[in-house]
Amino acid sequence: MMTLAELPLRILPPAVLAARRPHRMLERQWIVNRRGGWMIVLTGFFEPLFYLLSIRIGFGGLVGDVTDGGRTMPYAEFVAPALFASSAMNGSIYEATNIFFKLKYEKTYDAVLATPMTSGDVALGEMLYATFRGALYSVAFLITMWALGMTASIWAIAMLPVAMLVSFAFSAVAIAGTTYMRTWADFEYVPSLMLPMFLFSATFYPLSSYGDWQWVVQLSPLYHGVAVVRGLNQGEWAWSYLAHVSVLVAMALWGLSVTARRIDHLLLK
Amino acid sequence: MSTTPLIVARGLVKRFGSFTAVDGIDVEVHRGESFGFLGPNGAGKSSTMRMIGCVSPRTDGELRIFDMDPATQGKQIRARIGVVPQADQLDEQLTVQDNLMLYGRYFDLPRAECRRRAAELLEFVQLTDRATSKIEPLSGGMKRRVTIARSLVNEPELLLLDEPTTGLDPQARHVLWDRLYRLKQRGVTLVLTTHYMDEAEQLCDRLVVMDGGRIVAEGSPRSLIEQHSTREVLELRYPAGTNEERAPDVAGIGDRSEVLPDRVLIYAHDGEAALAEVHARGSRPESALVRRSSLEDVFLRLTGRSLVD
Amino acid sequence: MSTPAPIRVWESHFRLYRTIWRSNVMGAFVQPFLYLLGMGLGVGALVDRGSGSAELLDGLTYFQFLAPALIATSAMMVTSAEAMWPVLGGFKWQSGYHAAAATPLSPGEIATGVGLWHATKALIAGSGVAVALVFFDGTRSPGLPLAVLFGGLTGVAFSSAITAWTATRDEDRSFPTINRFVITPLFLFGGAFYPIDQLPEWLQWVAKATPLWHGVELTRNAVNEQLEWDSTAVHVGYLSLFVVLGWLSARRSFAKRLGR
Ligand SMILES: Nc1ncnc2c1ncn2[C@@H]1O[C@H](COP(=O)(O)OP(=O)(O)O)[C@@H](O)[C@H]1O
Ligand SMILES: [Mg+2]
Repeated sequence: MMTLAELPLRILPPAVLAARRPHRMLERQWIVNRRGGWMIVLTGFFEPLFYLLSIRIGFGGLVGDVTDGGRTMPYAEFVAPALFASSAMNGSIYEATNIFFKLKYEKTYDAVLATPMTSGDVALGEMLYATFRGALYSVAFLITMWALGMTASIWAIAMLPVAMLVSFAFSAVAIAGTTYMRTWADFEYVPSLMLPMFLFSATFYPLSSYGDWQWVVQLSPLYHGVAVVRGLNQGEWAWSYLAHVSVLVAMALWGLSVTARRIDHLLLK
Repeated sequence: MSTTPLIVARGLVKRFGSFTAVDGIDVEVHRGESFGFLGPNGAGKSSTMRMIGCVSPRTDGELRIFDMDPATQGKQIRARIGVVPQADQLDEQLTVQDNLMLYGRYFDLPRAECRRRAAELLEFVQLTDRATSKIEPLSGGMKRRVTIARSLVNEPELLLLDEPTTGLDPQARHVLWDRLYRLKQRGVTLVLTTHYMDEAEQLCDRLVVMDGGRIVAEGSPRSLIEQHSTREVLELRYPAGTNEERAPDVAGIGDRSEVLPDRVLIYAHDGEAALAEVHARGSRPESALVRRSSLEDVFLRLTGRSLVD
Repeated sequence: MSTPAPIRVWESHFRLYRTIWRSNVMGAFVQPFLYLLGMGLGVGALVDRGSGSAELLDGLTYFQFLAPALIATSAMMVTSAEAMWPVLGGFKWQSGYHAAAATPLSPGEIATGVGLWHATKALIAGSGVAVALVFFDGTRSPGLPLAVLFGGLTGVAFSSAITAWTATRDEDRSFPTINRFVITPLFLFGGAFYPIDQLPEWLQWVAKATPLWHGVELTRNAVNEQLEWDSTAVHVGYLSLFVVLGWLSARRSFAKRLGR
């Protein structure tokens, strides 16, 4: 009999299960950022401010109220949580391009793997960093939302852990994808993948507007993040969250195991 | 002193797809020894070193390091060795000092200990004044020294150096040799690869000559020279492009001769005597030089090719 | 007669581009197309349904309002990115400019060639959007080619100034900051997504001072066939001023950096 606790053991390769020092990669980033890099992270706080402000003063006036799942809310309250989830996604994918640089050009990991560190440590560590960084942005985003009156309930605070899961899941998959990239030119395709996800995850208008095409939207991983945070912002709890969260967890496990295997394959030849 | 060798390889093979880079080599390295792989580019030296460093799985054969199996105990082995890879692989986003510090952390050393060792090692490689510099502006020789310092952070019992001085100017090489010599005196086991015979002669107690993935000779530098070459070599240079034509003029002088594109080599116990005979035959080379035999000559003898092309 | 020097610099960029043109051109068309489907039509339906939007949008549908502006915003995005990392790379990582400066090319000619290349990229980006616009009834307009030219002008207004800045830099640290504090805000507040009269008055003046708003006005009016001589002249003049000043300072910083 396989218990639920054993499930990850079957899915994840040994390199990941043997990961004991992923936090060393966080330590590395800490040292790197200590010398000025935090500016980039700090100025990132302005991004949600700009987006939310433009929604508040520009868009809000054009659109008015929207009705989603039987609830009518100001457009800003509807869109802000979706942008919140999207920004978690964008941040992780942006971080993944840095991984490409480290993997291919800076050869950062070659030296790391010559020590007791393993490919699982590297994979998990880099994903944790992307998640940590994403979490910082998410906090800033949520505070901005609150300050601009776009949070509808105290449960909006529960959007944070969901954003972290979104960050982790997308960074896992994005980093896994990055390990298959050969040149920078391959990155030209990335926006063509991200943009539809950004636009068609019920981000800007309710799922119901898609009519018979709702199932397509449900294929988008981002949609599952959006659905949960939007509900939480309204203070709603639903069993459907479990399904949405499982999709994200599955992405995370898949990305993690692929990445560890690929790092082995690419660097330990 | 333990009697099991630090490294044992039997029939060790590395293939990349259908290409065989290392073709069944047997090697034993003992504690305290300084051991070299000498061979031209593409001989399979780096491939061998990477297998020993547990960052490249072997394709076939047997390999044991510290009496452990790299395939299953790579982590434990890597914890006890230091590696100077052919490309430095320094972390360009960090300063010199942080490179060492962080590397120590990868070995789970406490932060204070990392700091102490980083300072000590920078002193050892004479880079204390560059501690807070980024990696990029450093010269090739300095980067190499940082890499060596980094490889020593975990106080390894075994140090692997892949072409430690390739691409460095003569002065930088001598600084490095001096540092490696001190390590050897401290009892660190050195395994290095090189395609410089002078480096092999300077640093290695024992070496193997590799070519095309195989070991073609083994021994101390002195014994290899004695075995495969004469005491002295006479080098003759004729006007460019005429070495081939002139070679028959001096055929039969000395024990043996080699005709290279840029010179003719005559192997003889007494080089001066051989030169006298060349002159006696009326041959007039543009220049003539008598020198002692080196590993270069051993290599030429064994493979028919020059070491550095 | 031999090829003019800046054209030769342009050619070297073009040669590199040929290795990635397929994915780049695809992106130049596919991304705006998706944007138009998602934002233009989808959000458009929400907006047009709302009260008073027709008045706010000057009688245009939201789609007609937003879509042409993407020509200007894409040109800005593409050229500003092109003027950051690749230009720094030319000095630093691939050192292509140093190699070029070792030939009879003068730094000024190199800078001009780089500028021409940025104009090309802006035109490619703008054309991609224009082709996407052809697919939609509301924006299938004879003004599209003109709008692409206006987009090119907008792009170079940004890239020439940023190139001048990049040429003085040793590190890429300032680039994300430029993106965050210049490019993104302009994208959001430059009048592409909603009329700037929605903004507080002081912000309207800021928006009008930046090149993007002028580009947005030009492309929007060209596609919707609402161009007027006097306002067009002002917009074009303002953008050209940016181009010329940017180009002159780019030439100066190239000359300084390349040591002549
Ligand atoms: N990752 C690899 N994939 C394919 N071929 C490789 C790889 N690494 C090395 N080789 C080939 O194996 C041969 C031996 O390489 P290497 O061990 O680096 O030699 P050396 O260090 O003696 O110069 C070379 O012909 C090289 O091209
Ligand atoms: Mg090698």
